[in-house]
Amino acid sequence: MADMILRTEELSAGYGKKVIVGGLAIEARRGEILTLIGPNGVGKSTVLKTLCRQLDPLGGTVYIDGKKLSELSGNQLARKVSVLLTGRVKTEYMRCIDVVEMGRYPYTGRLGLLSSEDRQLVTQAMELVGVSELADRDFDRISDGQRQRVLLAGAICRRPDVLILDEPTTFLDIRAKLELMELLKRLASEQNIAVILSLHELELAQRVSDRILCIRDSAPDRTGTPEEIFSGGYIGKLYGVPEGSFCEAYGSPELAPVIGEPEIFVIGGGGSGIALYRRLRRRGVPFAVGVIHENDIEYPVAAALGAEVVTEKAFEAVSAEKLAEASELMKKCGRAVCTVKRFGTMNDGCRSLAREAASLGILENEENI
Amino acid sequence: MKTQRFRLAAGYTVLTLLLIVLAVVNICAGSADITLSRLRSTLADPESDKIAYNIITQLRLPRTAAAAILGGALAVSGFLLQNFFANPIAGPYILGISSGAKLTVALLMVLSLSQGFAVSSFGMIGAAFVGAMLSMGIVLMISGRVKRMSVLIVCGVMIGYICSSITELVVNFSDDSNIVNLHNWSMGSFSGIGRGEALTAAAVVFPACIASFLLSKPMNAYQLGESYAVNSGVRIKAFRAALILLSSILSACVTAFAGPVSFVGVAVPHVIKSIFGTAKPVRILPACFLGGSVFCLFCDLITRTLFAPTELSISTVTAVFGAPVVVYMLLHRERGRVNG
Repeated sequence: MADMILRTEELSAGYGKKVIVGGLAIEARRGEILTLIGPNGVGKSTVLKTLCRQLDPLGGTVYIDGKKLSELSGNQLARKVSVLLTGRVKTEYMRCIDVVEMGRYPYTGRLGLLSSEDRQLVTQAMELVGVSELADRDFDRISDGQRQRVLLAGAICRRPDVLILDEPTTFLDIRAKLELMELLKRLASEQNIAVILSLHELELAQRVSDRILCIRDSAPDRTGTPEEIFSGGYIGKLYGVPEGSFCEAYGSPELAPVIGEPEIFVIGGGGSGIALYRRLRRRGVPFAVGVIHENDIEYPVAAALGAEVVTEKAFEAVSAEKLAEASELMKKCGRAVCTVKRFGTMNDGCRSLAREAASLGILENEENI
Repeated sequence: MKTQRFRLAAGYTVLTLLLIVLAVVNICAGSADITLSRLRSTLADPESDKIAYNIITQLRLPRTAAAAILGGALAVSGFLLQNFFANPIAGPYILGISSGAKLTVALLMVLSLSQGFAVSSFGMIGAAFVGAMLSMGIVLMISGRVKRMSVLIVCGVMIGYICSSITELVVNFSDDSNIVNLHNWSMGSFSGIGRGEALTAAAVVFPACIASFLLSKPMNAYQLGESYAVNSGVRIKAFRAALILLSSILSACVTAFAGPVSFVGVAVPHVIKSIFGTAKPVRILPACFLGGSVFCLFCDLITRTLFAPTELSISTVTAVFGAPVVVYMLLHRERGRVNG
């Protein structure tokens, strides 16, 4: 079902004679989203620019629909590949509908006048992207998110086989980002387009991509589904961040932990401690955490930020052994906080831990920390 | 869409009417007043009023036609440059392209006067084109290095000053009775343009303007940025070269016949764009031509009639109307940047 529309063989991309990324084997299929991730300056944009022939390949070949990219005319290429670039252009006296209409460029005649069919496609694209009501607004006076959508409508009404977006989320706020991602997902499946984009936001890449291509040290490092890429601490390696500071399940980063003798012991669990962990990290206070189940929602944060963490296996009641370990650690800290409001069978050990702290007179209120 | 269409129709109608009215007024007004009825009877029967007929066909008609054609050429040249540099304040005069053309034409004129050979109209255009391309080359080199438009414009103005001072120098050192004419020309004027020259100008300007109009589509894509145009399938190198060539030919042609004419290239396209509410070349390039014609006819009328029989230079008048528009645009742009 997923048929290949764009493919590269041993592609090298770069500026002038300098190869920035080499040995690329990219495969983009209709209806799928392929995301490029990797550290800044690794050449994601360079690769995308080479795919749409803004840059000439420094080696290897790009095939689009089985044809060599270098052999397509400008017009043929424009009909097959639509591109959305990051750069902002200052336009004057250009309405949004004018911008969308420009999407029909490869299909219009000498003077660029639109046929009624062209107009219909423009209207459809604007409806699909949800910018119909912007039609008569000045393109220079709408928000960044709206501008992105208008450009996207233009790219869509070109009816491309491949849609290339270079960091489309750059200027967008969180809501616009989410809307854009949902839109791309819909476009890929409804219009059967192959979408290729580069992203900074790993959490978005993880959620929206069908396949992810990771670039590191001027070469493709790994290709795979999000499940394959976001596992085994790979993302941390890709970006060169300390182990554990990137949560693979959520695709979110944490600061590195404060190293040192823990000063406060937090009895957490069920997500109740997350805010406190982050607060302590901000203040630079080293802390210990216990006893957290490995499948607890707050486990990744505690593991990333805590100087020491006492953990228990998933779905197991807190064992006596772990309880003793935690108790000792707590006494060493000399201060304790319990963020857990409700105890149950599985974390019954934490209840006794909290009681012990209270009887030792070291239990403090969370608000006072 | 409806308002846009209405604006276009209304705009073109008004411009055409203005063009006709101003052309007639330009033919009639002057030191020898020709009334409308005299104009009509003379044109109907040339034999009846030989003097009027000669004034009209030898002097006023060529001058009026030249002002209309060259004015249009300037506005179109400005519009092309604005698209090329993605900057609404670009224009042949402000970027020093007119002055470059002026310099080479002056050199050729002085040379021909001292050596005693005659230069044809096309020769003059050729010389002006060489000068225009030289200035353009320098401007392009600068624009390759600095991205800030204001810097480019200051550089353009400086190029203009350098060329103008060299021109003055050349003109002052040549000792000939024709120097008065040369001086008039170097200040910019539509006076003394004969029938042959007007026809030559038309033969250059109209094809160049039609060629420019045929570039409307890529120009429109280029307005969204160079990469956008490339992705749309525009052959960017050829397109950019065509823009530069056409705008240089147009402004060179104007300079060859009328000397440097200031601000038309910037002010007219701007006014047209804001009145029509669009910058789509296919819609407003012809309007820019008409607007330039109307503006130059109007300004030429003032140069001839305000202090008659003394004539002002055309740039004196165009600057009075054009420079404030440019200042307004600069302010508007800077303010836009602060807010944006």
